[in-house]
Amino acid sequence: MSELALKSLDYSVLQQCMHCGMCLPTCPTYDLTKLEKHSPRGRIALMRAIADDHLALGPAFGEEMSYCLGCLACETACPAGVDYAHLFEVARSDVEKSGVMANPVRSVVRTALLKILFTHPRLLRLVGRMLWLYQVTGAQWLFRRLGLTRLLPAKLRELEPMTPTVLPKFSHQLIAPVEQPTGGRRYRVGLLTGCVQDLVFADINRDTADVLLANGCEVVTPPVQPCCGSIHGHNGEHAVAQVMARRMIDLFDPFTFDAIITNAAGCGSHLKHYGRLLADDRDYAVRAREWDRKLKDINEWLVEIGFRVPASEAAEPQKVTYHEACHLCHGQKITKQPREILRAIPGLELTELPESNWCCGSAGVYNITQPATAAVLQERKVARIESTGAPVVATCNPGCHLQLVNGLRQADSKVRVTQPVSLLAQAYRTEPGATNSHEQK
Amino acid sequence: MTANPSASASFLSQQLRGFVPGLEVHDSPEQRAAYAYDGTAALRAEPAAVVFPVDTAQVSSVLKFAAARRIPVVTRGSGTGLSGGSVPVDGCLVLCLTKMNRIIEVDAENLTLLAEAGAVTADVAAAAAGVGLFYPPDPGSMKISTIGGNVAENSGGLRGLKYGVTRDYIMGLEVVLPDGEVMWTGNKCVKDVAGYTLRDLFIGSEGTLGIITKVLLKLIPPPAARKTMLAVYDNMENAAKTVSAIIKAKIIPCTLEFLDKVTINCVEDYAGIGLPREAEALLLIESDGHPAAVEEEAAAMVAIAKANGAGEVKIAATAEEAASLAAARRTAFSALARVGPTTILEDATVPRNRLPEMVRCIQETARRHNLKIGTFGHMGDGNLHPTFLTNEKNQEEMHRVELAMKEIFARAIELGGTITGEHGVGLAKKEFLSAAVGELNVGVMRSIKSAFDPQGILNPGKIFDPRP
Ligand SMILES: Cc1cc2nc3c(=O)[nH]c(=O)nc-3n(C[C@H](O)[C@H](O)[C@H](O)COP(=O)(O)OP(=O)(O)OC[C@H]3O[C@@H](n4cnc5c(N)ncnc54)[C@H](O)[C@@H]3O)c2cc1C
Ligand code: SF4
Ligand code: SF4
Repeated sequence: MSELALKSLDYSVLQQCMHCGMCLPTCPTYDLTKLEKHSPRGRIALMRAIADDHLALGPAFGEEMSYCLGCLACETACPAGVDYAHLFEVARSDVEKSGVMANPVRSVVRTALLKILFTHPRLLRLVGRMLWLYQVTGAQWLFRRLGLTRLLPAKLRELEPMTPTVLPKFSHQLIAPVEQPTGGRRYRVGLLTGCVQDLVFADINRDTADVLLANGCEVVTPPVQPCCGSIHGHNGEHAVAQVMARRMIDLFDPFTFDAIITNAAGCGSHLKHYGRLLADDRDYAVRAREWDRKLKDINEWLVEIGFRVPASEAAEPQKVTYHEACHLCHGQKITKQPREILRAIPGLELTELPESNWCCGSAGVYNITQPATAAVLQERKVARIESTGAPVVATCNPGCHLQLVNGLRQADSKVRVTQPVSLLAQAYRTEPGATNSHEQK
Repeated sequence: MTANPSASASFLSQQLRGFVPGLEVHDSPEQRAAYAYDGTAALRAEPAAVVFPVDTAQVSSVLKFAAARRIPVVTRGSGTGLSGGSVPVDGCLVLCLTKMNRIIEVDAENLTLLAEAGAVTADVAAAAAGVGLFYPPDPGSMKISTIGGNVAENSGGLRGLKYGVTRDYIMGLEVVLPDGEVMWTGNKCVKDVAGYTLRDLFIGSEGTLGIITKVLLKLIPPPAARKTMLAVYDNMENAAKTVSAIIKAKIIPCTLEFLDKVTINCVEDYAGIGLPREAEALLLIESDGHPAAVEEEAAAMVAIAKANGAGEVKIAATAEEAASLAAARRTAFSALARVGPTTILEDATVPRNRLPEMVRCIQETARRHNLKIGTFGHMGDGNLHPTFLTNEKNQEEMHRVELAMKEIFARAIELGGTITGEHGVGLAKKEFLSAAVGELNVGVMRSIKSAFDPQGILNPGKIFDPRP
């Protein structure tokens, strides 16, 4: 086994945790179990014990790293400034390298998902297309009706009702490669369409483009985009993540844009760290640092450029509540901007969601790897949403979006899920005297 | 220690599971590594196993088991202690109370609250507030510390000056003695002189006399109004003088908290609430009570602060702003870890008229030994936390820290103060105990310890070494 990254890591990163415990109450897995090893402080202590040779890296550590949501609530809570996201990625990558978690099924699934599917955008779309056919042709209904799902292995069977409804069109069919705002160009931005967002929420990508156009941004959206590598980075596939980052930088030269926009919080919190990921790459390091500077979450960018408040005809205000995606509020410390956007939309009244920044259990692929815990968190979230009485909940990440849709459906709730940028796009579209805000080139 | 600690550990857990049916016992290397520390820097020792009782009966059975085999037991709450109190001793059982966290009763007629010892301090305070009552002690760690840990350390908080410390709110305790007997001491009566007040012995006993399983707390009506202020200084001694002057003027505000420049900047790095980064010192002042009295008291304190060199006194405009100031202050200790990888924090306390001298001593000592230091604390209680910002891997510097620490302690004692105001002795301060209280005191403490725990199985080696 090659030398563990935890051991070669700058030791002060581990020492930064002074084990004060201030993060414990904000950690969902500690809250559920009250066990120290399921807490940020405990996990860091295990990493440090491995670095110090007090503990061998074994399957139990691997499981611990899988049980952690990666929600980064601990980072927000930590006064000492511990970079948990970094430690967590390093630890997960060591777990993968050490092979302690390897078993044939897991390896095949991981390879299929992480190394093949999520590195080949066209293939991903193809699979998405098949999923869509499966859903719209009624095959899904028939499959379920005939009880054929019972033939699936238990884990897949639990997942099957979770499979998202795929939209008939992908982003590149909805967004031209370059679109110009009508009212004069103030900025030139690149738009990242994402993997899940592209498959399941291509309409939200369209909404994002519309909102950018309405605010004087020329929008550049290459039709085929690589995965940003967040799913690899968060799951210990460090080298693949680097490859994806280079491809992304090749596609969007950061020096030619005012901003590069993502509307998926989970991607954003990874995308903002290309600088670190490629720090030792002589060809890419400079561009990667510039990339970090230019990369903006859509909410962040809109507030930064002073987005235009939509005009309105007075209407009965509708309540909306807001669930914070972990990777937006904890990963990127973006909390005020989405609320500011929601408050600015005429006809909406923002009602705060209790525990708005508590993880919903989506957490990347967590609902696949840890379904039981994910379900507990999902139920908790759904109950809080219901308690607000709002008919609409907005969130900023496709994973959370799906998790909420599924959770609310299972609870027979009528609450609708959407994203702030979609609500804003809709408000622009229904402005008195609104015209199409863009022309295609 | 045996040659293979984990083999003996699993043998022990097996026996324990047999002895206490249903008990949650953990002994994997990962579980043991995750209980090898508390909030104190640079201490590490692994237990043989960790147990999570869910009721008093299980606690009692574990102690009977341990007593019969002379196995040391280290009680643990949330492990936020700052003197090594819940750091394991080799081969011990850690008995962790976080799963005994129910709030059993809030009695609004007698103004009491009964909780299991593992209940989190903030949950206790919230339960009291839920019926319009007030539990004042608010240690910086209140969001996670347990009420049992608070009792065992007699913890203070930001409101100690006016409202006192944990001790002032303890009416009764349920305690499991080292042989497994379960004892109640105290009750809901405001007065009770039937025999020794044994309850008081357990307050601040750091897990060495018995395991507290239930706590009966006194609640009070909340103040009607509050006013929070921030006084800004360009030198530390003036802040200390202000505190002495306020007390001398017969004003007892709820809070008089101190932050020095290093701490201000660390807290601001974390909380970003607009603290003045250029200031050499800040006093966070809060007055509470009847609205008219609060106004009067606040005005008087502003005048005193200005007369003692405060450049500016800002008044929090809203309750949220006031709360965010207090919340930011609570992060001071952890935030200091931004500067150095190892934070060694002291807890020296002096009579309040000697504060300016103590502040000067801390500054000079740090300078003389060329050490980085950040100081904050409950200045109104005379309780300062000079915190060395160092690196445990740098042995030479750690040696200088030790020297500086000794000098600060010696000076505190000279000024009529003590080596620890609220964090306890534990492992971290035990070598200084006899200098602070004298041999006679330590001797009496040892006798009390052996009266309760003749075998010495509860948290051995904490506060003082066992009698040879
Ligand atoms: C960021 C931070 C801020 C802090 N601020 C303050 C502050 O403002 N004021 C203050 O006084 N302290 C403060 N502390 C110190 C610490 O939080 C307190 O000492 C607290 O009471 C410890 O509670 P705990 O549940 O974590 O106990 P632990 O650390 O687990 O245990 C502390 C000691 O109590 C014993 N013990 C615990 N539970 C029991 C029980 N049920 N029965 C018998 N013995 C028991 C343990 O054996 C140990 O000796 C702070 C700590 C941190 C990390
Ligand atoms: S991660 Fe931060 S908050 Fe948590 S124990 Fe470590 S230093 Fe404290
Ligand atoms: S990332 Fe989330 S689950 Fe993991 S340790 Fe931090 S708070 Fe806990």
